[in-house]
Amino acid sequence: MIPAPFDYHAPQTLEEALALLQTHRDDVKVLSGGQSLLPLLKLRLSAAGHLVDIGRIPGLEYIEEQDGSLRIGGRTRESALENSQLIRTRYPLLADTADVIADPLVRNLATVGGNLAHGDPANDHPATMLACRAEVVATGPNGSRTIPIDDFFLGLFTTALEPDEILTEIRIPLPPARTGGAYVKLERKVGDFATAAAAAQVTLSAGGEVEKVGIGLTNAGPVPLRAADAENYLTGKQPTAEAIAEAARLAASIALPNADRRGAVEYKREMARVLTGRALTRAVERAGRS
Amino acid sequence: MASHPINVKINGAEHKAEVESRLLLVHLLREKLSMTGTHIGCDTTHCGACTVLLDGVPVKSCTVLAVQADGHEVTTVEGLEKDGQLHPIQEGFWQEHGLQCGYCTPGMMLTGAALLARNPDPSEAEIRQAISGNLCRCTGYVNIVKSVQYAAAKLRPAE
Repeated sequence: MIPAPFDYHAPQTLEEALALLQTHRDDVKVLSGGQSLLPLLKLRLSAAGHLVDIGRIPGLEYIEEQDGSLRIGGRTRESALENSQLIRTRYPLLADTADVIADPLVRNLATVGGNLAHGDPANDHPATMLACRAEVVATGPNGSRTIPIDDFFLGLFTTALEPDEILTEIRIPLPPARTGGAYVKLERKVGDFATAAAAAQVTLSAGGEVEKVGIGLTNAGPVPLRAADAENYLTGKQPTAEAIAEAARLAASIALPNADRRGAVEYKREMARVLTGRALTRAVERAGRS
Repeated sequence: MASHPINVKINGAEHKAEVESRLLLVHLLREKLSMTGTHIGCDTTHCGACTVLLDGVPVKSCTVLAVQADGHEVTTVEGLEKDGQLHPIQEGFWQEHGLQCGYCTPGMMLTGAALLARNPDPSEAEIRQAISGNLCRCTGYVNIVKSVQYAAAKLRPAE
């Protein structure tokens, strides 16, 4: 399959890229890793007269802790997350996620920023970022602004990014002591989207109660979902098997999945419950060890 | 529509071409350069038949624009053999019967070679993880894993 014709641009600086987005405002797409965009263009499910490849702009690929947050450059490849010692030791939620996105070859090109900016509720990072209360940095012609992740996903394939903005960074608060996270995904085979998946990030108090918890659900509605009722229920409680089971039940109650060849609505909602329970259990175990 | 002059190093040799924006890397290889060792399978980023190495890293060439490869290095299956000598991964697929129909084989071998370049002694689980984006529909994974293990043993310096 061959995409419909478009013009390809390879700016060398962010300023050039932003100027191109302004010029072609209604007929342009940012090309990051291309692992979602190019298939969509080939299948003619999407079209654009211009592609702005941000792959030749230096300084958009990094993973570092700085000024109270983990900072991930928008064009950082999933394989870089997967292979980062910092991510594997300090951010198990992100490591879990990077390990199950698409397949290893796709992860060699796919980017973390692209996974979010695409606005697909079936992608894996949105739920992860909800669980760890990330912020997204959008850079436009008038500079940069930060967008809390809760305000980022507006609808199916729609985000808070303006047409002339580029997602340049993701910021995640540094995990306090006794924090752990986990991402658990059910997929029919490697490379498939989640039948259901859940992300959990838990911080325990010195007394072992849940001090803070974030829960995100993948592919459970038109946007990635934060399970706020489940979070509120669990906060302040000892993370017993009973408390986690009730939180998982509350999380699944907000899931509005579509029936498709991956399963019926009831099945997917039940899987959201089971996986939320497993993600919370694993996150609590890891929090106890950190 | 715009066309772009590109310069790509393929299997060690510089190739210049004039390409349309929308030309995919796999089509550059197969149609413009007649290097048909790289196969087109699903054409939707699933099967890995079109795997090539881009700067040493395995990627699906049906999901990369040719113009994105400008200034980069590409290795295809044609680049594995050197001076009439099969690459150990090719020898491995031969010795261990790692192929039946052969459609997935170029991609499997490139993914395997890239794995061994960064991990000379992979476990079976690591091999299976590495090739999880390359599909074989002859159900030949057992022998494919053996083929990669054969190459790993051959590539390791004798102790």
